[in-house]
This record gives sequence, structure tokens and C-alpha cells, in this order.
Amino acid sequence: MTAAIAPQSQAPDDHLHESPWIHRLSSLRLTSLAVLTALVLGAFIVALSDIDKVKHGDIGGMLTTVKDSYVALAKGAFGSWRGWSETITAATPLMFAGIAVALGFKAGLFNIGATGQMLAGGMAAVWVGFRFDLPAPIHVTLALLAAIIVGGAFGGIVGLLKARTGAHEVITTIMLNYVAAGLALWLLKTSEFQRPGRGDPVSKDIHTSAKLPSLFGFLDRSTLEIRAHTGFLLALAAVVLFWWLMKRSKLGFEFRTFGANADAARYAGMNPGRLTIGAMFMAGAFAGLAGGSEILGGVTQNHATTGLAGNVGFDAIAVALLGRSSPWGTAAAALLFGALKAGGDQMQVDTGVPVDLVLVIRALIVLFVAAPALTRIIWRLKDKGTEGGTPLFRGWGS
Amino acid sequence: MSTPTEIYTDVQLAVGRSFEQVRRARNLGIIYLILAGVAAWVFTGHQGSATFNLDGGRSFGVAATPLAWIVAGTLAVLGGIQLARGLGRWQSAALAAAAVVFVFSLLAWAAAPRSFAFVGMLSQSITFSTPLIFGALAGIMCERSGVVNIAIEGMLLNGAFTSALVGSVTTFWVGVVAAMITSALFAWLLAWLAIRFKVDQVIIGFFINFFVAGLTAFLDNRVLSSNPGYNGVDTLKPLKVPLLHKIPILGPVLFTQTIFVYTAFALVAFLAWAFRSTRWGLRTRAVGEHPKAADTLGVNVNRMRYRNVIAAGAIAGFGGSWFTANVGRFREDITDGRGFIALAVVIVGRWSPVGALSGALVFGFFDALKDKLGFLKTGIPGEFIGMTPYIATIVVVAGFAGRTRAPKASGQPYESQ
Repeated sequence: MTAAIAPQSQAPDDHLHESPWIHRLSSLRLTSLAVLTALVLGAFIVALSDIDKVKHGDIGGMLTTVKDSYVALAKGAFGSWRGWSETITAATPLMFAGIAVALGFKAGLFNIGATGQMLAGGMAAVWVGFRFDLPAPIHVTLALLAAIIVGGAFGGIVGLLKARTGAHEVITTIMLNYVAAGLALWLLKTSEFQRPGRGDPVSKDIHTSAKLPSLFGFLDRSTLEIRAHTGFLLALAAVVLFWWLMKRSKLGFEFRTFGANADAARYAGMNPGRLTIGAMFMAGAFAGLAGGSEILGGVTQNHATTGLAGNVGFDAIAVALLGRSSPWGTAAAALLFGALKAGGDQMQVDTGVPVDLVLVIRALIVLFVAAPALTRIIWRLKDKGTEGGTPLFRGWGS
Repeated sequence: MSTPTEIYTDVQLAVGRSFEQVRRARNLGIIYLILAGVAAWVFTGHQGSATFNLDGGRSFGVAATPLAWIVAGTLAVLGGIQLARGLGRWQSAALAAAAVVFVFSLLAWAAAPRSFAFVGMLSQSITFSTPLIFGALAGIMCERSGVVNIAIEGMLLNGAFTSALVGSVTTFWVGVVAAMITSALFAWLLAWLAIRFKVDQVIIGFFINFFVAGLTAFLDNRVLSSNPGYNGVDTLKPLKVPLLHKIPILGPVLFTQTIFVYTAFALVAFLAWAFRSTRWGLRTRAVGEHPKAADTLGVNVNRMRYRNVIAAGAIAGFGGSWFTANVGRFREDITDGRGFIALAVVIVGRWSPVGALSGALVFGFFDALKDKLGFLKTGIPGEFIGMTPYIATIVVVAGFAGRTRAPKASGQPYESQ
């Protein structure tokens, strides 16, 4: 059968880390070109969707629209303290959830369930946040722990199902996203969670002692617009933890081996069931932290709604794909997507160009990074050597 | 002296069942008993009789509590037999029958002592399952030839958008054709990148999903919302099939539907036949199971894949235009994850068109049920009814997983030597 399978790297790692520096540079150049290509195509979309100017053939006007949009986008992402703050705020959950997806990929599991795991973690954090009265550092820590455990449990179910019955994680994670949404909606209408006097599903507010401190607390505290919170530092710590787990720990080595070649891992005496459950639990825990940090960092105005996970779970798949599941790559991708989100919001306010443009640009970046051959054709590059990598999908069989 | 495990194994060998089968049979028995428990505890709670309204002013009444006891007893007996010695070859039939009477009892309990539109609900189930059928067929077409299609959602959404935009400017059916062509183009992109460049098929699939979601939302907000003339088609009216629509119950449920429903059923029948008995079907399956063998026998593996994937795109585009036709206009994220449900339906239906049809109907039924039970105020939160099909899918996938036979080469690029 192997003859029918594409050439793939044999080492349990992706090419980025087994390549010498020259390859890393080449890979970095390809990624930059991919981003550039996506931005150029995005510009075409902005120009061509300016219907009135297109009808009048006003090419100069179309170019002005493009320029104004991209200037607003850059300003919104990096042009001010508020811009940086928004970029960081948007990047924080993407980093956590991106790790949740990347860790799965490393272990050969496709985690589409970050949305559900994040919702589970967020609900746990908000419950601890409003239910108990504790001194500040302990309260925050407990709330974060709750997010880790409940999010992890939600991911662990997927691992357990796969290990015990062979149920494919793509299906179970998608289904559990819906189950999580249903459970959250139901919980938010119970007297335990629902804010008194409200008919819609909105939770009580978490106590001040459960809040994560502001990241830019040294700036003028009265400006509420500075939303970035110390959850970002936790996300960076999570990236380091993910790096340590994968590169320095025995468990990480087992995950990577299992992900690259499950049969080899089994032959080497590793326990596939334990690895599957462990990887999904950890992935769920990271995704749970994404939900927890959103709640405790005040991004959701200190309460939970059914929309608390938003699209982060799916965006995280793009983050992990763009970052090629490596710790630093995932972190960088989360920052880039955070900047695009922050900039996109500003662009919509300033120029009326819908923020959804950012989704298109993100998608194109993922495409051009995943298909370096396309990028090479567009930019007429000759070199080769960064192809391959472990395939993400290995069939539906268990 | 034998250990208990050896005895167990001997017994198994004697009845010719594997550990796996024994475990599955035991789990099935437990599920029967749980369902019996629910029927006995919950469904006996409402007094009075439920009136099921049929078509043409007809109706029939069912006493909810006695029915629940009968159902609970039957399920308990089935569970007992299942646990004691297994139902053998009646296993699947018994499970299907049990599911039907259980749901019937649930409906009687929910409706008692009032009435509700039974036939209306069945008819709505079929309506809701239509896009899932098209989506699942698109998935099956791809997977059977060895290409994973995670992009069903994106192709459906593109179909909905394109048919709304083009359909508003021209006529509805021109819009549908445009939807089929553009979704086929996305499918071609999937095939081209997967075959020519061997890009991971899951990544391309997600690219298509992200790209279409972003672009349609962008254009909806930037162009359609300020130009209502670009977003408005006539909703599709049901067509009555001559004579057949007069059959009681079946008439309004099956033969008073839109052209999309009839097309879906016809396509299921056609593909079920074609996979089994045509040259195309056999070659497709060969390419999806063992491309090397097919190649050796002179089948052009990659050409086969291109054709199937592109056809799948057209099917998904057609299915996507159902969303627009159903409400008369496009809105952001109108498909609401149906493409991912369709993906689950592919697997629950075990890659067969008829299986996918059944799976889609079950999802459609629960969508309709959620709608109706909302009206009836049963005391069980609607959220739990809403969750049922998703939990059921997990149970089915977990229960069947050992027995599913996915196309072996699904997701793997092929290169002839």
C-alpha cells in the first residue's frame, strides 16, 4: 500500500525543525510571500466589490478605496496603544485554541472540537467566578483550573471514544460542539447561572477577585478601551509549555511518534489508547483555557453567553495550519490573525469595508502556505525542498 | 482447568462470535434497557390522550400513559433477549422498530392531552433533510473515489450565495446552474491541488470553507445589503405529483414537496444503482479502495477522481441553492454548519447513498421535532431535544465504528509508478 501514498517525511517531526537554517529562511520567505499574495488578492476583492465605482469605471477611486482600507487595517492593528491592545486581545484565545488544534495534529488527531471545549472551559470558569468568594490570586487560579479540567474532560471524551470504540474524532468533535452549545444554552437558563431579572441566556457576572489583571495596567486605567489582559502572558506560557512538552518530554515524543506512524508507536510498546486520550485531554485543556481567559480577562464583559466561543474554534484550525502545528509557528500565526482581526474591525469603522475581508485573507494565507507550489508559480521561484510533512488525515479507519 | 477468560473464549467460538461482537451486543442490550427506563419514568407522566392530526382533517388519538407502559415493556423484553442470547439476524430490524415506537411514545407523551400536526411534522422532516442529502451525496462521490471532502459546507454555502445573486439578476434556474458551476469550480480546485500538488486534502477543504464563508459574508455586507435587487428570489412552491399526492399520509409527506426533494430522492436511487451496477461505479470504487490495482487494470485513477470530485461539487452547489429557494434570499452563514452534519451523515450512512438518505432523514426529523416540541411545552428543555441527533450520531459512530468500511484510499494522493 505504501507505494500509493505520497512521499512523506519519516521522522516524527515536521520539516521545519529538521531542516538547516537555509531551509528555515526559505520557508520564512515562502510564508511572507503567501501573506503578501493573500493581501494582494484581498485588495482585488475590495476594489471589485466597490460596485458604484466599478460601474463608473473609476479605477483611481477603486485604488483609493484599497489604500484607505489597508491603511485603516494597519492603523487598527498597530497604530496606537489601543491597536496593539486589540491585536493582543484577539490573539490570546487564538493562541490557546491554536495550540489545542496543533497538539492534536502532532498526535495524529484532527481536533475540530475546540469550539465546544472552549465553551465548556468558559462555562466552568464563569461558574467558579461568580459562585465563590475567595482572595484574588486563589480565585483566579481556581477558575483557570476549572476551565482546564472541564475543557480537558470535554476533549478527553473524544479521546476515550476513539480509544475504546474507534469512533473518528472528526465526527465526534463536530457533534460535541453542538452538544456543548446545547448544554451551555440550557445551563444559562437555569437559576444557578442566569442573571436575576433576565429572560435571555446571560450568566451572572464574575467577582472582581476572579478577574485577570489588565496587561497595560500602567497606562491610564480610566481608558476602558485598553482591553488586553494578562491572559496573553498565560497564552505565551502555554506556547512555551507546548514547546517543552513536544521537544523535551517523553510524553511529547510519544505523541509525535504516534502522530507520525501509529503502527511504529504500537510496535515500540507505546499505548495508543493512553496517548489518544492524553492528547485529546490536553488539547481540550488548552481550548478550555481559551474560554477561561476570555471570561476572566473581561473580554466578554465578565459574563458568559452562548456566543462566548465565537468562531475561535474554527479560526484556531487556520492558526494551527498556518503555524504548521509548531509552537512558535502557532504563536506567530495567532498574532498575525489577531492583528488582522483588530485591524479589520478598525477598517470596517473607518471605511465601511466589512471586517469579513479578514476571513478571506486568512483563508488565502492558509492556502498559499499549504500549497507552496502555488506560491512558487505565482512568484516564479525555482527552489524546492520544503514540501512534504506528515499528512493530517489518515483515512476514516480506526 | 480453564480460566474464566478461556471459558468465555470457548463459548464465543462455540457461537461463532468475536469479543467485539459480544461487547457490541451487550452495549446494545444496555441501550434498550435505558430507553425502556426513560419510557417508564418519563413518558408515563402525562395523562390523557394525544391527538395526531393527519391530512384532510383526519386524526387519531393515542392514550399516552398506556402506550408508554407498552413501549417500556417491549423495550425491556428486547433488551433482556439481547443481553441473554442476542437477537441474531433480527438485530438491526429490532433496533429500527424499537427506535420508531420509542419516538412515537415520546410524541404521544409530549402532545398529551392536546393535539399536534403529525403529518405536517413528517413533511417538514423531509424538507429539512434535503440539503443534508445533497451534501452527503457530494461527500460520498468524493470519498468513494479516494478524495476526502471536508469542504461540503463551503460548497453548499457557495451554492446558496451564487443562486441568490445570479438568480436575482436573471431567473431562479439560471442561478441554480450558476451555483452548480461555481461549486464545481471549487471542487475542481480541491481535485487539482490534491492531485497535481498533493496538498493535504483536509487543508484544501478547510481553505474552501473559510474562503467561501468569508467571501459570501463580505459580499453580503458590502454589496447585497445595499442593493436589495441582488438578493431576492421567489421561494419554491411544492409540486403535487399527480394521483400519488392523494394517498393518505404518504401523499402530503412524500408527494407534495419541492422539486429539490424529488431530485434528491431520484439522485439517491440513481447513485445507489450506479455505484453497484455501472462501469463508472465499479471503477470509482476500485479507485477509492485500491488505486494501484485499478491503475494496473488500465483505469486512469486521477482522471476518475477529477470527474467524481467535480460532479460532487455540482451536486453540492445544487443542494446549496435549496437554502436560498427555501427562504427566498441569502443571508450570512445561511447553511449554519449543515455541511458538517452532512459529513457525519456520510459516515453514519457508511458511504452508501441509501445509508446517507436514512441518516439525513433522521437529522431532518429531529430538526422538525425540535420545532414542534417548542410549541408543546413539554417541560423537557428544547435544548435536549436539539442535542438528541448529535448524541445519537456519537452513539451510532461509536457503535458501528468497528464495522464501518471506509474507502481505503480516502485522503491519499496517488501517483502511478
